[in-house]
Order: sequence, then structure tokens, then C-alpha cells
Amino acid sequence: MAQISNYIVPGILAFITLYGLLHEVPVFDAFVSGARSGIGVAFRILPSLVALTTGVGMLRASGALDVFSYALSPLAQLLSLPVEVIPLALLRPISGSSAMVIFQDLLADFGPGSYVGRVASTMMGSTETTFYTIAIYFGASKITNTRHVLPAALTADLVGFIMSAWVVRTLLP
Amino acid sequence: MMSWIFTGMIALSIVFGVINGRMEQVSTAAIGECRKAIDLILQIGGSMCLWAGVMKIAESCHLTHKISRLFSPITCRIFKGLAPKGEAMGAITMNLAANLLGLGNAATPLGISAIQAMEKEERTHRTASNNMVLFVVLNTASLQLIPTTTAMLRLGAGSQAPMEILPAVWIASAVSVASGFCMAKLLEKVWRR
Repeated sequence: MAQISNYIVPGILAFITLYGLLHEVPVFDAFVSGARSGIGVAFRILPSLVALTTGVGMLRASGALDVFSYALSPLAQLLSLPVEVIPLALLRPISGSSAMVIFQDLLADFGPGSYVGRVASTMMGSTETTFYTIAIYFGASKITNTRHVLPAALTADLVGFIMSAWVVRTLLP
Repeated sequence: MMSWIFTGMIALSIVFGVINGRMEQVSTAAIGECRKAIDLILQIGGSMCLWAGVMKIAESCHLTHKISRLFSPITCRIFKGLAPKGEAMGAITMNLAANLLGLGNAATPLGISAIQAMEKEERTHRTASNNMVLFVVLNTASLQLIPTTTAMLRLGAGSQAPMEILPAVWIASAVSVASGFCMAKLLEKVWRR
């Protein structure tokens, strides 16, 4: 498995640049103009990151996150999730930036190759900021009755979290 | 929403700081944690630029269009009742293709126009149609081939194998998307306005 994943990213880069070159696209110019918009995105999320690194950092320092995790540890056991990822699971659907901050803390504390680090990474990769997505999509339309969007989307998140722990246990022992 | 979260975090940290006698640490965090934001941007900024650039190439040579055409047999089956060649269906396939390629910034405007086009085509009057719900659920479950941000943060934390989680991510998101889809299908019969 690990061998295959080594080919994916270089393979995609090679395929797209070659495909562009063969279709007579100015590959480098296109790349630079796209990358320039990437800088904009990175800096646009900086202000909210400043707010949330401060908020999450204060919560951690106060010991509140430990208390929450402890209080929710029966739930974690029920879902066979490691207790340490509970704050990540709670914040992931609500705020992408705070999830990122908590995720980075988990990686720093446990290491990216640890069980907790791998489960957290899989959770980050396999779920989205559910509430934000719903708000943006329906906010841009005249829809006020969103019916069963939220329960269905949160089911997907919950299943994603449980699966993350299960797949990591099975695939990366 | 974010105002409540931000204020709540600060208020709770003071409450728990007092209870646990850790106000000194809370104060240090309040002053210094913002440095981490810059740190995070430095870690993921490069990869954001890289993939935005690569995806711009894919867009300029119409590769994204081709990929979305590849999807249309599937999307026509999922989103019943929409014109297969209509504006809404086009925006839906483009949005799903952009999501799959990790083009978050391109996916969002496409998703918004997909919802607006469905609104026009299905004349739903303020209530979300079954197709809209399905579409938003597919968007909230992350359909991403390469989780670049996650991989960059792993690399930043000293990972030797930042991509080792790739198969796990694919399986977890496939099952998550499938369960969201089934739940939406199940609830659409019960949940009428």
C-alpha cells in the first residue's frame, strides 16, 4: 500500500503538466497565475487562524479540553475512537481553522506516525466543515427550509470518524 | 456562529483556568498562541500555492471539463429529475470534479451556482429539494483524492511518510459519503417540509 501511495502525487503532477504541454497550454504561466491566487487564500484564512489559535490555546492551557475529553471518554469508547481525538471530532464539523489548530497540536504531542496521529489525519482528510458548507450553499440561495440536510451530513461525519479509527487499526497496524 | 465559538472558548478557558488554578498558563497562551497562526500559514501556504497552480494548468487545458464529463453518467443517476444537459447538472458535475481534485476554491462557487440552478429548475420555493439535499451532503462529506493540507501538516510535524494515510482516507471518506447518501435517501421520504 505504502508503495502505491508514493506514486500518486508525482504521477498526478507529471500527468497534468505533460497533458498541458501536449495541448499547447503555457504550462508555467498557468501555474504561476494559479499559485498567485493560492497566496491570497492562505492570507485570507490568517485572521481567523489568529483568533482560533488563541482560543484553542487558551482552552488547552486551562485544562478545559482535558476535562471535555475525560467527560466524553465513555462515548469515545463506545465508538472505539481514541479519547485524544474527541476535541477534534467535536470541532471538525463546525470550524475548519480550529480543527486545523487542534490537529496540529495532536501531531506535535503524539507524532504523525502514532495511532492517535494517524487517526486524526484520516479524520481530517475524510471529513469537511459541515456547518460552514451548508451555510454557504443555502445562504447563497433563497432556501430557508433545509429539511434533512443536517442529520444526513452529520451522519456522514460520524461514520467518517468511526471508520477513520477502524481503517487505521486495520490497514496501518 | 463563529462569534459564539470564539467568545465561548475564551470564557470557558477563564472558568476552567480558575478552577484548575492554571491562570498563569492561560495568560501565557492568550499572549503567545497567535504565533502559531503564522506558523500554520507558513506550513500550508506553499502547498496551497502549489496545488492552486497545478489545478490552473488542469483548467487551462480543459482537463477538469473532461473529468467532469466522465462523471455525468453517475451524476445523472444520482440526481434524478434534472435535465441531463441542463445548467444545474453541468454545475453539479463540475463541482464534484473540482472537489475530487482538491480544488476547494473552485468547488465552492460552482456549488453555489449548482444550488441556484437547481432552485430555478425545480421551482422549490424556499424548501430544499431532494436533489439539493443530496448535493450538499455529498459536498459536506469530503470527496478528495489528495488531502494536501493534512499531508503538509504531517510533513511539518516531522512525518517520514505524510501520505501513508492515503488509502485509509479514501476508504473512510468512501464509507462516510455512502452513509450520508443512504441517510439522505432514507430521510427524504420521512422529512417533507
